[in-house]
Amino acid sequence: MEATSAALFAKAIAIGLGAIGPAIGIGMIGAKAMEAIGRNPEASGKVFVPMLIASAFAEAIAIYALVIAFSI
Amino acid sequence: MNENNTENQIIGIETTSTETSEEISHESTLYAEPIGHIGTFTVTNSLFTTWVVVFIVLIISIAIKIKVKLIPKGIQNIFEMLILGAMDLADQVTGSKKITAKVFPFAFSIFMFVLINNWLGLLPLGGFGLVETTTHGKAFIPLIRSGTADINTTLALGVVSVIGANFFGIVSIGMWKMFNKYVNLKSLGEVVIKVKKDPTILISAPIMFFVGILELVGEFAKIASLSFRLFGNVFAGEVLLMSMSMILAYGLPLPFIVLELFVGFIQAFIFAILTLVYFTIAASDHNEEHEEASAHTREHNKDQHVHIEQVVV
Repeated sequence: MEATSAALFAKAIAIGLGAIGPAIGIGMIGAKAMEAIGRNPEASGKVFVPMLIASAFAEAIAIYALVIAFSI
Repeated sequence: MNENNTENQIIGIETTSTETSEEISHESTLYAEPIGHIGTFTVTNSLFTTWVVVFIVLIISIAIKIKVKLIPKGIQNIFEMLILGAMDLADQVTGSKKITAKVFPFAFSIFMFVLINNWLGLLPLGGFGLVETTTHGKAFIPLIRSGTADINTTLALGVVSVIGANFFGIVSIGMWKMFNKYVNLKSLGEVVIKVKKDPTILISAPIMFFVGILELVGEFAKIASLSFRLFGNVFAGEVLLMSMSMILAYGLPLPFIVLELFVGFIQAFIFAILTLVYFTIAASDHNEEHEEASAHTREHNKDQHVHIEQVVV
């Protein structure tokens, strides 16, 4: 394999694999938040902000993968 | 879309091109495109938009500031409602009114700046721009591009918010405690004092020191995640809208514009909330927290005791 095509593969694998974990994480955060709101609809205002913060932290992992993919 | 661009162009740099029938191309680039120069300083379209945003924020704030009255009327009502609601949200995040009062102005101005930047890039002003001749042929450069769709703006915002958080930490818990969060000399020093009473500290102290180093790396990770999140979302939104209007210019981009309005709001909100969170973390001291928690449980136990006594009586 040539060096340039290997680098392209490395980029694709870095962001592709790096996005799996955060995607599962954000999905679970959203699912649990909706479950919580479904159980107690009055708490939706209180659930919303911590949910956003948690998903922002989960999303950060995907962003590290993106940075690595760009810097290869 | 390309035809529209040529019709709407307001400033065209006319060059004698050998191929006059050449189409004007435009592709979304990762970097902001230059639209002019002031001396040797290059003005990009993102920078131009940022200036517009600063101007808008300045005008609105001055207009409200002049007309502030004790009994609110008109637009002051709306903004008071907005700020009160935002302060309630901030209270939820910081957990104390004192920190909110100090950090809120900073977080809210970041929110307004990012929000107006995100939404300004969505305005249908993309048709106004320059036509420049490059090596690949004629290229169209729009005048308006979200400031946050340029990595320099978001990186600057991230750096300001993380350094601001550390500065706030120094002000609120002191230089020495803040320094020990990153380079944990205190835990190493405690080895000498406590080693006779508790030999396990020989293992735990180096771990604590290493955790401090990790925190230091974490500060740079904070900057990276803050800036790349905002940049990635806004830039991806622009590319999405562009490719959707390439497929079909009528009707199809509409739901995506609504989505981008939502994304722009959420991203501005997350940036501001995370800034608040970082400031709150920096202002909290680990040891103090434990003491507070134990004091709280003690009080709780006392309450229970009183309660039981009452029941007995």
